[in-house]
Amino acid sequence: MSDISNIIQLTDVRKVYGNDGITTEVLHGIDLTLQQGEFTALIGPSGSGKSTLLNIIGLLEQSTSGIIQVQGRETGALSDEELTLLRGRSIGFVFQFHHLIPAFSALENVMMPLMLEAGRPLAAQRERATALLTRVGLADRLDFKPAKLSGGQQQRVAIARALAANPPLILADEPTGNLDTASADEIFKLLYEVNQESGTTFLIVTHDPRLAHRCRRVVELVDGRIVV
Amino acid sequence: MRIEWLLALRFLKEGRAQTFFMLGGVTMGVGVIVFLTSLITGLQRSIIEKTLGTQAHVVMRPPDDEARRIIMPDSARAVSANVERRAQRLSSILQWQQIMRELEKRPEVTAVSPLVAGPSFAIRGSATKSVALMGIDPEKYTRIVPMSSFMKEGEFRITANDAAIGTDLARDLGVTLGDKIRLQTADGRSETITVAGIFDVGIRDLNRRWVFITLRSAQNLLDLVGGVSSIDVTVRDLFKADAIGEQLAQQTGLTAESWMKTNAQLMVGLKSQSASSYMIQFFVIISVAFGITSVLVVSVIQKSREVGILRAMGCSRKRIRHIFLLQGGLVGLSGSLFGSGLGALLVTFFASTAKNPDGTPIFPVVLEPGMFLVAAGVATVTGILAAAAPAVRAAKLDPVVAIRNV
Repeated sequence: MSDISNIIQLTDVRKVYGNDGITTEVLHGIDLTLQQGEFTALIGPSGSGKSTLLNIIGLLEQSTSGIIQVQGRETGALSDEELTLLRGRSIGFVFQFHHLIPAFSALENVMMPLMLEAGRPLAAQRERATALLTRVGLADRLDFKPAKLSGGQQQRVAIARALAANPPLILADEPTGNLDTASADEIFKLLYEVNQESGTTFLIVTHDPRLAHRCRRVVELVDGRIVV
Repeated sequence: MRIEWLLALRFLKEGRAQTFFMLGGVTMGVGVIVFLTSLITGLQRSIIEKTLGTQAHVVMRPPDDEARRIIMPDSARAVSANVERRAQRLSSILQWQQIMRELEKRPEVTAVSPLVAGPSFAIRGSATKSVALMGIDPEKYTRIVPMSSFMKEGEFRITANDAAIGTDLARDLGVTLGDKIRLQTADGRSETITVAGIFDVGIRDLNRRWVFITLRSAQNLLDLVGGVSSIDVTVRDLFKADAIGEQLAQQTGLTAESWMKTNAQLMVGLKSQSASSYMIQFFVIISVAFGITSVLVVSVIQKSREVGILRAMGCSRKRIRHIFLLQGGLVGLSGSLFGSGLGALLVTFFASTAKNPDGTPIFPVVLEPGMFLVAAGVATVTGILAAAAPAVRAAKLDPVVAIRNV
């Protein structure tokens, strides 16, 4: 029952840490579907398994059991190489701590997913990265190294980078967790606008109930189970 | 530029101090290797040149005389006999002109010269000296031993009357240019020659004993009419003298003695010198490799967050591995360029300080492009191999863990 408009479909996904001796089951049979264009918040207390779930959806971590489909494609049998390729094409990441590469300028950081896909820098990538940085309001900071940018600016670069390869899904892990309220509001607004403009699906992990309530859908995770 | 190269170069540029230390290590390592190699090559070459300055590469002689037995033992009877070895007469090479023509045709042979050599006395007034007669064809002989360059007085002019002797013999006999000497052999044959040239080949024993006369004079004196006692040969590649000598011996039925056999001690010395130099170079390479590995291991740990981000953005493990291998290779290659410069500088400086009492350098500086190419190749490969363990480690990083560990 895979539907192409389902960007992500999880069926009975479990995650168990530790193998011999003490094992901890972090996720207990998660069923979750994200459809094209959805803007979803993932909330829950610390230790509820939010990050693990996000990593599994982002194909950074393997589930212990269950089915994960990305745009209708089953990922269980894919090799590490294939998963990497699928991840690069389908999923953009925005992390809490910006995670830009310090040795590269803002422009080059945004170009990075494109360069990785094409294998080399190209003029077209430069144009797209410039357009994206202009879109997030950093047209005058193209050649700045991350260290020269403020926290909010770095997060804008990270968002531009997540958008670069035009992935259908963007996963954001506490994207505003490290910012002051004003910057956090701006970043959140930017994510929302991008969602409206491009129809990109967003899954945003947040602690901030104020932000969560502004999302159209809220998924709450408690003790490894979805409660809403 | 491929993305792996871009990332490798940028990481190297970013890790300034680390890159500097790795580069410094490779530079010094390659510097030492270049210095040692050119020093030893230069020294060995000058030793060989000095040794071979007065020698042919291969000397062909007639086979030894064997005692022939009259009664041979067989299955029916045993023979009790004491077979003595024969005293070796001075004998001629049969058909030596034809053999020489054959030798000259071989591509690996550069010069061939006939020689009639034997013992004699040089007599002047009441002084008598034992000498070695060297009956030669001057034009051919000077292509084997450049006698003209050894002349102290007069010239290397060998004719029916004119001869050349060494400085020590000249002093012993008290002769100068134009003086006459009588040469007399043990069986009473004698001839009088005029000293036309006095040479110094740099070896006292030879300066005291060698007397150069024409082939014909030596043949008469040594009772070897029409014959020669040996044939001197030089070859293109002097380190193949042994092998070529054996081939020539098979071809001609003569015995061949190469300079390597004649100077076996020297060869052992040169070989052990080379061996110890290879040993030192090997350990220098190993320690340079360890240096690169340990710096890159630290660099992988420091870069683990970046590696995690790259992995999340769709960078395969293989690519991560290549990025770190490239860093090792690039450090090796560029370090070898600096190191070649350093080594060349060192050896030039050393050569300029190490001089003979007369001011000539003790050894020529040998800086061949091939040596630099080898150094660059070895350093690059060493860098890549040294980066292997860190690269594998980086590729194995779990992106989740790598991103978490800020």
